[in-house]
Amino acid sequence: MSRGRWAAIGALVAAGAALLAITAGGIGQNLVYYWGPTELHAAGPKAVGASIRLGGLVAPGSIKKGEGASHVEFDVIDRPGGRVHVKCTGVPPQMFREQIGVVVEGTMDKAGYFDGRRLMVSHSNEYRVPGDGEAVDVQKAMRSTQGLDERPKPKEP
Amino acid sequence: MATSKTPYACIGLAVTLLVWGSVWGLFYAPAETYMGDVQRIMYAHVPTAWNAMLALSFAFLCALMSLWRSEMAWDNRLEAALEVGVVLSALLCMQGAIWAKPTWGVWWDWDPRLTTTAVMVFAFGAILALRQFVEDPVKRATWSAVATVIAFADVPIVYFSVRWWNSLHQLQSSPETVSKAFHWPLRINAFGILFLMIGLISLRTRVAALRREEELAPPLPETAPRRAPIAEGARS
Repeated sequence: MSRGRWAAIGALVAAGAALLAITAGGIGQNLVYYWGPTELHAAGPKAVGASIRLGGLVAPGSIKKGEGASHVEFDVIDRPGGRVHVKCTGVPPQMFREQIGVVVEGTMDKAGYFDGRRLMVSHSNEYRVPGDGEAVDVQKAMRSTQGLDERPKPKEP
Repeated sequence: MATSKTPYACIGLAVTLLVWGSVWGLFYAPAETYMGDVQRIMYAHVPTAWNAMLALSFAFLCALMSLWRSEMAWDNRLEAALEVGVVLSALLCMQGAIWAKPTWGVWWDWDPRLTTTAVMVFAFGAILALRQFVEDPVKRATWSAVATVIAFADVPIVYFSVRWWNSLHQLQSSPETVSKAFHWPLRINAFGILFLMIGLISLRTRVAALRREEELAPPLPETAPRRAPIAEGARS
């Protein structure tokens, strides 16, 4: 067999091994972009003072605009039923509303709320004409915003 | 083949489709419920994403063929596909940033989808740089093909990143999650960029072929000093 063919096989094996290491190996599980409220609570005191991204859905009816436009409070919920209160400074993005995905950078405060420094909106994969399927199914929105479709369902409480 | 008008016909068709799809998308399709007019960048962003991945997949195929068959023709196609793929991927990141600022509130964040896409741009971009540093066309073909096959491991990771890990970027949309009024401009532009990509890759392949011809041609007798004939042209 020519050197080129050996090189082709070698490169394919290397690429396949890299892909396998990332999908099946430990890197996949350790790559965490954000924690949901449930994972945040599970971390307990370790979360206090640590730099954390909190992700989830803005709970319906929980948004409170504080003094001025640059302070906002809301609850973030996730599918397993976790809930975290967030206090955020800074003007929220225009898309920010109830029942939309958010990713907040900040840290857990000793007082039990999440002190957000940077608020990002994570919208779902739905694009609708006004009036077409506007009713938001909270469970569905949580799945599609958080990319949890493929995961095993958490135990029902 | 080398003088065929097909690539120009492809590009002509692409321009027609892109004008048709973009005018439809920008002026006739309704605005999205929450994003309003900002959502219209989807008609450029999503087709760019599909075709960037397609171009890089074609580069992967060319790399395998180039190694397997040891034919310069596959290296020429590889060079073309890599270049078009890298340009599309870089455009993808820029369009994404423009869309992200008004919707997510940030231009960029190191979420799995964005990070793996950046890796894709830099990995394939680096292979183009590598090609510039290798003077011997045969070594260049082998090295860049091996590098392309290895770098291609990132492409499926880019696609599945939003499913495997939680991310700021949303999941892939499907016809069910997108209102019907948005479908056609998206499809027309997707075919527009597809034909543009095909036309550009075939033209760029010709440029590569001409350059290879020049590189591999023996030096002219009156200008070149007497040297051993080029041995690299024939592969062992």
